[in-house]
Amino acid sequence: MLLSTTEGIPGRTIKRFFGVVSGSTVRSKHIGRDIMAGIKNIFGGELTGYTELLQESREDALARMIQEAESLGANAVVNLRFATSSITQGAAELFAYGTAVQVE
Amino acid sequence: MESAIDAVVNIAVPLVLLAVAFFTGRRIERRHYQSIRARENELRMLPAVTFRQIPSAWVVDSFGVVSGSVVISIDYFKRFLAGLRTLVGGRVASYESLLDRARREAILRCKEEAHARGYQAVVNLRLETTRVTRASKNNRATAGVEVLAFGTGLELRRDPR
Repeated sequence: MLLSTTEGIPGRTIKRFFGVVSGSTVRSKHIGRDIMAGIKNIFGGELTGYTELLQESREDALARMIQEAESLGANAVVNLRFATSSITQGAAELFAYGTAVQVE
Repeated sequence: MESAIDAVVNIAVPLVLLAVAFFTGRRIERRHYQSIRARENELRMLPAVTFRQIPSAWVVDSFGVVSGSVVISIDYFKRFLAGLRTLVGGRVASYESLLDRARREAILRCKEEAHARGYQAVVNLRLETTRVTRASKNNRATAGVEVLAFGTGLELRRDPR
């Protein structure tokens, strides 16, 4: 599966459009990470646990999007975008979306 | 007697935390900026641009999505300052530097991934900022801010400059 954040695939022409594909996941932190974050909130600095968690979740969302694109018969996703929203205390939604296409 | 102890705890603990956070926060921020500047210099040869299309003069050999993200938190002292600032309004400098650090760090990580994968440029770089909240109900404060930088890394036949 070819992925790109640009409007086309470099050096290839798009033969067919399949429309928007997306993948999302809602994750929450476990209590241990929250306690660590509480400590970091006093001293400042990077919350490594959160960085990793969000990155892993984003990869999951991306995998779901790729799965959807594959099921449509696409071989590439163009104009890929990521979005994150804090929906409630301690939980976030990671969302990946793009346009599934077939390139030669 | 008990109320006296309570008063001491209620006043002394935040004061000690403020003092500790003032020093640790400043130190962490200074070190972070040092590291950001050094790495920005190292990766100067790898441009990350917000062009939506690949310039037609560039011959692309291969490409892939690259990203970098970071969650960082402000320290207790700066959060206290920001709280005071909201009383009079105006620029909240403590959050400005936090966001600046987060964005530059995210872009750097994105570029570092591009470099590790053998790309010479990143096009259509995008930045996303999200507030990360903590799960505990009694603490409604922001745990930190997440910045995600992502784009398309390009392996070019010829140097882009």
